Amino acid sequence: MSTLTQDTVSPAPASPIDKPNTMRAVKDKLATVAVYTAFLIAVIPLVWILYTVISKGAGALLNPEWWTNSQRGITARTVGGGAYHAIIGTLIQAAITAVIAVPIGVFTAIYLVEYGRGKLARAVSFMVDILTGVPSIVAALFIYTLWVTTFGFERVAFAVCLALVLLMIPVVVRSTEEMLKLVPNELREASYALGVPKWKTIMKVVLPTAFSGIVTGVLLGLARVMGETAPLLILGPPSKAINMNPFEGFMAALPTMINGERDQVVQAAYDRYWGAALTLIILVMALNIAGRLISRFNKVSR
Amino acid sequence: MAQRIDVKDLNVYYSAFKAVEGVSMSVDPRTVTAFIGPSGCGKSTFLRTLNRMHEVIPGGRVEGSVQLNGRDLYGKDVDPVAVRRTVGMVFQRPNPFPTMSIFDNVAAGMRLNGEKNKKVLQERVEKSLRGANLWNEVKDRLAKPGAGLSGGQQQRLCIARAIAVQPQVLLMDEPCSALDPISTMAIEDLINELKTEFTIVIVTHNMQQAARVSDRTAFFNLAATGKPGKLIEINDTDKIFSNPAEKATEDYISGRFG
Ligand SMILES: Nc1ncnc2c1ncn2[C@@H]1O[C@H](COP(=O)(O)OP(=O)(O)OP(=O)(O)O)[C@@H](O)[C@H]1O
Ligand SMILES: [Mg+2]
Repeated sequence: MSTLTQDTVSPAPASPIDKPNTMRAVKDKLATVAVYTAFLIAVIPLVWILYTVISKGAGALLNPEWWTNSQRGITARTVGGGAYHAIIGTLIQAAITAVIAVPIGVFTAIYLVEYGRGKLARAVSFMVDILTGVPSIVAALFIYTLWVTTFGFERVAFAVCLALVLLMIPVVVRSTEEMLKLVPNELREASYALGVPKWKTIMKVVLPTAFSGIVTGVLLGLARVMGETAPLLILGPPSKAINMNPFEGFMAALPTMINGERDQVVQAAYDRYWGAALTLIILVMALNIAGRLISRFNKVSR
Repeated sequence: MAQRIDVKDLNVYYSAFKAVEGVSMSVDPRTVTAFIGPSGCGKSTFLRTLNRMHEVIPGGRVEGSVQLNGRDLYGKDVDPVAVRRTVGMVFQRPNPFPTMSIFDNVAAGMRLNGEKNKKVLQERVEKSLRGANLWNEVKDRLAKPGAGLSGGQQQRLCIARAIAVQPQVLLMDEPCSALDPISTMAIEDLINELKTEFTIVIVTHNMQQAARVSDRTAFFNLAATGKPGKLIEINDTDKIFSNPAEKATEDYISGRFG
């Protein structure tokens, strides 16, 4: 305390505070400019894509038929029809994928964070890393080999979901792992000290604390998987009709609808594929926003 | 209900590192025993062996015996979860469960151990909150989050949570170190009341606190960093503070120590 008062009373001669450092000011400016430029460069394509898709696709979406009808019996040249079959197809496939991938992913993350020690944990973690790097086409071909070549089943939506599960699991594992690691160890210890067994501590204390973060991760993973096209091309050829049975027949999806209409060089099809593209972006955005909202409203509060 | 603790030749390890060596001591029922000693001498480590919390840390292990009313806590057929139900613990930093309300925090231990009866829960929560001198401050906002209380209130909430499972021994690791003097006084008063029901062991860096609240005081020390900590002496608190047997103890409590 006393030294502090002394310092303020007798001003130190030629303190470094008084000397303006022009070099540093210049560097600061340069860095600021560089950061903003990089930001703009990154934003330009994003805005461009959004502008293009909205301006070309909004027309199709404004027609109420878009949300209620399928493309059944509508040829490329005919105007009209909707994307209901593709929207519902994408949602069903996303839901099935989530139902399979989320438990596997979450339990794997729980194992890695709460139980995993030694060789097995390292092996599992390594496998998840590898799975993260698997291109979607490889996942699709793997399921094709299994489903069609080995088991001799027909190509159906469920096979698509299996390929999507492979792509979604690593995303869920990694994001859930991060969230579980954020839960302070003191909470686990507080629970143990009350005589609560470990598994119950995880179920009732750790998971609820990390819940919103886990949900966010799941939604983001789902948003990513919904746009995957390779598994659809290989395992789920497009369909123009509504089919809600994942085990029989072909099921439509937005990515394949975009791809299918793209082959036709006529105005009606052109409008439809931009419309489908915009619809897919809206769905993915909605999931993203929902994920972020949940994470904002309900954080691991410390 | 309160029980006695007898520790014999206890060595405590973190993997290969021996953190505490050769501790033997007895703690009588319905007394407060304070652990004092320089930082890093193994007070927390030793305290956590008394309810088998030490083994929660990867690589944590123990040699020797800890007996609760004659029963070895480290016996082959002893369930650590059951031990922790009997020997409760309050930590240095208040750690209420962030997703739970005040009521749920206090009820957590009972609920997670299978108690479902609403009436039992309500009665016990009230009793525990009263026991922790917190009831009057929170009785109108039991449904509010526990994390919304002040630090001192949170610590008393954690004490209420610990006594709600009706343990027989209560371990406290520097329960006041994050609190202001007034909250500290409140907790010290509380310790004096809890002593009629529980056997209490408290770690503290505050000599006055040790002198104020404890019946017996144990002084721990370590020869050098990297060496294991040892129990230097344990005696009635008056003796330790007026006329300690060991020179190291005298140096430490008179502040002549590093
Ligand atoms: N999780 C751990 N892993 C390895 N070593 C540890 C761990 N926790 C503590 N130790 C070591 O054990 C020794 C005793 O630590 P402990 O926390 O018991 O000291 P303490 O007496 O409680 O100190 P303080 O008064 O600062 O709380 C120290 O050398 C410490 O570095
Ligand atoms: Mg400590």
